Amino acid sequence: MAPDKGMLYLKGINKTYGSVKAVKDVTLEIKSGEFFTLLGPSGCGKTTLLRMIAGLEIQDSGSIILEGKDITRIPATKRQINTVFQSYALFPHLNVFENVAFGLRARKIPEKELKPKVQTALDILELGRMSTRFPHQLSGGQNQRVALARAVVNDPKVLLLDEPMSALDAKLRAQVQVELRRLQKQLGHTFILVTHDQDEALVVSDRIAVMKDGQIIQSGSPDDVYDFPKNRFVAEFLGAANILSGKFFDGMFHTDVGNLELDVQPSWEHGVIAIRPEWIKFSDTKPEQNGVRAKVTEIIYRGTNLDIWCEPGPIRVKSTTYKDFKIGDELWLELAPKELVVLDE
Amino acid sequence: MNKLMIWYGELIAPKKLLKRGALFLSPGMLWLIFFLVIPGLVLILVSFAGRGSYGELVWEFGLANYKRLVGYGIFGWTPDYIVILLRSVWVAIVTTGLSVVLSYPLCFFIAKKPERTRYVWLMMVIIPFWTNMVIRTYSWFLILAPEMPLAKLAAYFKLISPGMALYPSAFAVYLGMISIFLPFVALPLFSSVERMDWALVEAAQDLYSSNVRIFMHAILPQTLPGLSVGIILTFVPAMGMFVVPDLLGGAKYMLVGNLIEQQFGTSRDWAFGAAISMALMALTLFSLYLYRKKNKDIDLL
Repeated sequence: MAPDKGMLYLKGINKTYGSVKAVKDVTLEIKSGEFFTLLGPSGCGKTTLLRMIAGLEIQDSGSIILEGKDITRIPATKRQINTVFQSYALFPHLNVFENVAFGLRARKIPEKELKPKVQTALDILELGRMSTRFPHQLSGGQNQRVALARAVVNDPKVLLLDEPMSALDAKLRAQVQVELRRLQKQLGHTFILVTHDQDEALVVSDRIAVMKDGQIIQSGSPDDVYDFPKNRFVAEFLGAANILSGKFFDGMFHTDVGNLELDVQPSWEHGVIAIRPEWIKFSDTKPEQNGVRAKVTEIIYRGTNLDIWCEPGPIRVKSTTYKDFKIGDELWLELAPKELVVLDE
Repeated sequence: MNKLMIWYGELIAPKKLLKRGALFLSPGMLWLIFFLVIPGLVLILVSFAGRGSYGELVWEFGLANYKRLVGYGIFGWTPDYIVILLRSVWVAIVTTGLSVVLSYPLCFFIAKKPERTRYVWLMMVIIPFWTNMVIRTYSWFLILAPEMPLAKLAAYFKLISPGMALYPSAFAVYLGMISIFLPFVALPLFSSVERMDWALVEAAQDLYSSNVRIFMHAILPQTLPGLSVGIILTFVPAMGMFVVPDLLGGAKYMLVGNLIEQQFGTSRDWAFGAAISMALMALTLFSLYLYRKKNKDIDLL
């Protein structure tokens, strides 16, 4: 395969465990210096795919090509790919410095070169003052940074992150996501992240691949995937979505909530469309297009916004204005044609 | 008014707790005092006593037994007893070492079996462990007998003369010892191997480690607790073992256990036997001290 096929190229990867097909014919191209995310629910095969890239599992068929070279037969110990493990897998008997130096020592890098390299990695991750501490003396967030430093110090061609934030609390996670993205841009390395957290995927990624049942359902930039979900699974997994099912005829989409105009002509006769709660507008007067008369059935306070559930539907609407909504209020919802996403299904 | 405290969820007065503790502990304490502490003290005393012409104890205290142990006899100095003592330490070290080397692959093999069959494999280690040691040792007689394939093979390679058995010999002693002590290492080690976090092994692989490095940094530190228990459970009894060397080594490969047994048995020299026991005890404690010093961070013993 020619190197211009991208930095890392996965070609027709298949993996079966017993009778379970964990990964089904996955073909992916990951560009150099890209922050790529494999997003999906647990059991979708994303971790298996990551482990195959790391060389910790071997695929049944297909090949993994790194910079134009097939690395399928190269063992994990020889691949210039490093992993940040979900449990961090730090060596408990080694201090922070030695943990970070581990890969360099294994490759017999001379002490003179090793020290500054480790120091730089520690400094980048703000671990400079912790170098003599042991993993059990550090917090979860600090250990996570040690795991990151231990991987990046080796200057890997690709850095793999296996749900590295699942052990952190929500606030720290949000902070680490931003830091991780900054780190990746600063280093310019190719990062591949595995996560089931859609917020995380949206925050950090240049590109997201949404996986389900061992297959990649959709891939693209975060806004692309968010704004134009391909099917119901992607629409519901990535953010919240109102899914309306109905029939398309006479140029209109006929649903339980009313007849709607669409910008995009669906290829099906009977199918579903999606609209994000924040794309629906309220009004007291009937809108020109796609107005739906609805009744408020539930109001949920979320701090930054209100979630308002309306009948018919139910349709979920996100309101950032604190208009005095009451249960039982009748109002007009505007489901503008440009906001309605036609899904394949 | 009595002060109250919470003891494992129970509201109780400290005085009452103390009383209860004494009640539960005293039978064990008494047992230890009567059957371990007092006999031990008597043994120390006896080791300084002498032997009468009919093998009775003579209460004349001196260092004669210890002098004899380090080699000063009526016929001048001989290293015989020291050789036996050092040989015992050597046999214990080799037995422990080989048991460890054999146990690791065995434990990984069993740990990697699916849960359904894992305990069948484990039973195969445990069953010999439950079998009487004398019976197991005698079964080696059969395996090592002249007409069995092992002895014939050894004769073919001219290691022994044809028609000879493979026992008594040092080889037979090691064979017997390892077969007895393998479960003592394998079972505690297995409990560590079973609970091992394989992510560490994968991390070591991911970080370009050689197999030796993977073992040293990802496997050994995690299995050290089980390994330590196994080493101590093997080394200490192996030092004093006498059934196996007696049956499979005979006079050809005498160990300190046999020597002690001989003194209390056929030689009827209890005082000398007691002195050798003291030497064995001192050696064992010294070895454990060395082991502990090397592995300071492990809480054992």
